[in-house]
Amino acid sequence: MTTSGGKSPLVRIEGVTKRFGEVTAVDGVSLHIDEGEFFALLGPSGCGKTTLMRMLAGFEAPDGGRILLNGQDMAGLPPHQRPTSMMFQSYALFPHLSVEQNIAFGLARQGWARAAIGPRVEEMLSLVRLEGLNRRKPSQLSGGQAQRVALARALAPGPRILLLDEPLAALDRKLREETQLELRALQRRLGVTFLVVTHDQDEAMVMADRIAVMRAGTIAQVGPPKAVYERPASRYVAEFLGEANLFEHGAGWRLVRPEKMSISPVPSPGALQGDVAEVAYFGDRTRYIVEVDGKALLVSRANVGGPLPFQAGDAAWVTYAPEAAVDLAS
Amino acid sequence: MTGGRGRRLAIALPYLWLLVFFALPFALVAKLSLSHTVLAMPPYAPRLDPSRGLAGVGEFLHGLSFTTYARLGSDRLYVAAYLSSLRFAAIATAILLVIGYPIAYGMSRFGPRAREALVMAVILPFWTSFLIRIYAWIAILKPAGLLNQALDLVHLAPLDLLDTNTAVIIGMVYAYLPFMVLPLYAVLEKQDASLIEAARDLGCTATQAFWRVTFPLSLPGVGAGCLLCFIPMVGEFVIPDLLGGSRTLMLGRTIWTEFFADRDWPAASAVAIVLLATLAIPIALFQRQQAKVLS
Amino acid sequence: MRRPSDARGPTAFNLASVALGLTFLYAPIVLLVLYSFNASRLVTVWGGFSTRWYGALLRDQQMLDAVWVTLRVGLISASAATVLGVLAAVALVRAGRFRGSGVFAGMVYAPLVMPEVILGLSLLLLFVSLGLPRGFWTVTVGHTTVTLCYATVVVQARLSSFDRGLEDAAQDLGCTPLKAFLLVTLPNIAPAVAAAWMLAFTLSLDDLVIASFTSGPGATTLPMRLYSQVRLGVNPEINAVSTLLIGVVAAGVIAAWLLQQRRRDA
Repeated sequence: MTTSGGKSPLVRIEGVTKRFGEVTAVDGVSLHIDEGEFFALLGPSGCGKTTLMRMLAGFEAPDGGRILLNGQDMAGLPPHQRPTSMMFQSYALFPHLSVEQNIAFGLARQGWARAAIGPRVEEMLSLVRLEGLNRRKPSQLSGGQAQRVALARALAPGPRILLLDEPLAALDRKLREETQLELRALQRRLGVTFLVVTHDQDEAMVMADRIAVMRAGTIAQVGPPKAVYERPASRYVAEFLGEANLFEHGAGWRLVRPEKMSISPVPSPGALQGDVAEVAYFGDRTRYIVEVDGKALLVSRANVGGPLPFQAGDAAWVTYAPEAAVDLAS
Repeated sequence: MTGGRGRRLAIALPYLWLLVFFALPFALVAKLSLSHTVLAMPPYAPRLDPSRGLAGVGEFLHGLSFTTYARLGSDRLYVAAYLSSLRFAAIATAILLVIGYPIAYGMSRFGPRAREALVMAVILPFWTSFLIRIYAWIAILKPAGLLNQALDLVHLAPLDLLDTNTAVIIGMVYAYLPFMVLPLYAVLEKQDASLIEAARDLGCTATQAFWRVTFPLSLPGVGAGCLLCFIPMVGEFVIPDLLGGSRTLMLGRTIWTEFFADRDWPAASAVAIVLLATLAIPIALFQRQQAKVLS
Repeated sequence: MRRPSDARGPTAFNLASVALGLTFLYAPIVLLVLYSFNASRLVTVWGGFSTRWYGALLRDQQMLDAVWVTLRVGLISASAATVLGVLAAVALVRAGRFRGSGVFAGMVYAPLVMPEVILGLSLLLLFVSLGLPRGFWTVTVGHTTVTLCYATVVVQARLSSFDRGLEDAAQDLGCTPLKAFLLVTLPNIAPAVAAAWMLAFTLSLDDLVIASFTSGPGATTLPMRLYSQVRLGVNPEINAVSTLLIGVVAAGVIAAWLLQQRRRDA
């Protein structure tokens, strides 16, 4: 686990376990999240990331371990008494209330004065750039607008930490990519701690300061995106995050990312000879699958203009620089 | 069926059936309510005599009058029956809502398999005879009945409930409970659980979340359940007749008595028309809501 | 992903309300069944176990006649109502707007909520004006009219969710519209048609009010017979008859339900 460079952690999760019947959804997880950090819980379906977040929000009680928020043990505290706000995957906008009533909902529960609620709602609407939609009902909003209202509603009461459950899953790809950058800029501007749960590695990499990769209820690795990608702690992390070429290496594995492989039509010392089996064109890059001794290796090349250097069936020699390789213990 | 002839047949058969056996009889009730009683069979006049042609029609129309309605309006017994029908139905509907809501809400919290079985359990009594279910209450409520035997066991004073208005309310609540629970359950079961969590997350206690989110969102079910119970209860006959006392006044019973005992067919018809006019608004509301749900 | 929010379990309050609700619904029925096996003539005083009232029932010719009338009325009216109901549902779902379609829909839905007393009275007046003698057939027509509306609603619900493309495909493969309906649509809506028939049959068995208005001498249905006995007070023979009725209906409904479950699981 990386240390927190002197800042005090806002959230401390200590050995937290949660079981549903026979299934252990979260298994002895320890984590800390710093004040003002954008933190991502990344993992496949069923890895326990959502359960972990729901325990932080107070919707589930841990079977073991503790959760400290700002040094205070959260055990037994119901959701409405925690300084957390959640943005739900389905957005969970109240269909019987207008946009402004949705945003004002949490403020009224906190006992804000009526005179203060109106300006705060306007402030939130302009924060998410939805001015003028005050009286719309949730059914009259587009997917992107609904997502922003959900964000505004969760931020309005001024939470210490905002929990986002797959916040972009319902948006189409183009909007999702724009919104990733927007969310990140918003978080920088407000300085509020964000915890996002996602199964989308790009989303985690683009937005988060630190990522925790989860596997079957446990934490596989925690670190900044670059560190996790470049220096994965295990074969699982290497394969989950991006594409990987893995070579057997002693008791463990040696990882080389496809973009760090080199490919040449002519032999060079130490290069492996193979045939180009498949060419996949992605626009910005091209991915070649090269068959070497019956093993498929991935090689990625940036497209910088000119015709593609290889076609399926061509002979090719692939190699990598020693410093591009990472040795994995497991 | 898109074929021209087949399509026309599909429409024509049920259409004609309903015209002859529903719409036409209905027009007869309206006509009869404008007639007056005579000592004959059938016991009313004027009667339309088609053999006399247009002259007969004119005479017939001339014979119609609103005297029956005037008679009903000035008779305190009819007015009292009218008001008490509405009161019985309103009280029973309110009680049904209060006890039906927690049941429907509780059902919606179970797992999918259990929910299905519970819905079945609520529907099942509806399939068993209405008359029998009301009869069962006579044995419970009568002076030496099962309720008083139970009260006696725990040394409480007996209750004299049979043949009272309270018994009528109990019977109505019992008989119509599935009609209240099922529409409520239908809306509660569909409700997204994350809405409640969102409300809790935004600072609501469990109680506040219920009143601010769950309940307002279930209002269509509340409306459907109340209308579905209120409308038929206003015209209820069996329950007041079997469980109510001789002084329990309800319009359904009035129609029955006027018709079978007093043989005052015009009065029975006029009461029926008044009853229907009263129910027209709730029936229209109900149909509009059903149309909204179906579309 | 297994979303924990799906596993929201019932609280103690939820359990209690459901348990109390079901107790309220079933206790009177259970007591009624229990006391049908009472040896005592006094319905509410337990005098030991006996099946004597079932024996008495078998010797009660009037009761048996009433059962027979009721079954015949139910079978005929439910079948007629189902045929008319399927046609009406097809008209409502498939025919779009035709002249008088609003009136038609109104006539189909109105009897569902109209007090039975009014329906009975109006049918009686029709039979009187037509000069028809009241008896078996007038009751059957009355029941057909009311139950056809219920049958329509049940079939309509299924038909409106049925993929019309299947019927188009059948016509494309050479079926006439009628054949397409009979070979493709009808088998697919068959469970709803069966449910509609069962509902119509049960409603007919259960009806007292409409039968009382439209029936005549020699056509006394079981509910009419029960009603006249109930008015005289509680009587263990009524408990016995009720128990048999409840048993038959409950067995039928539960069998239908299990059948539906098995079909879904298969």
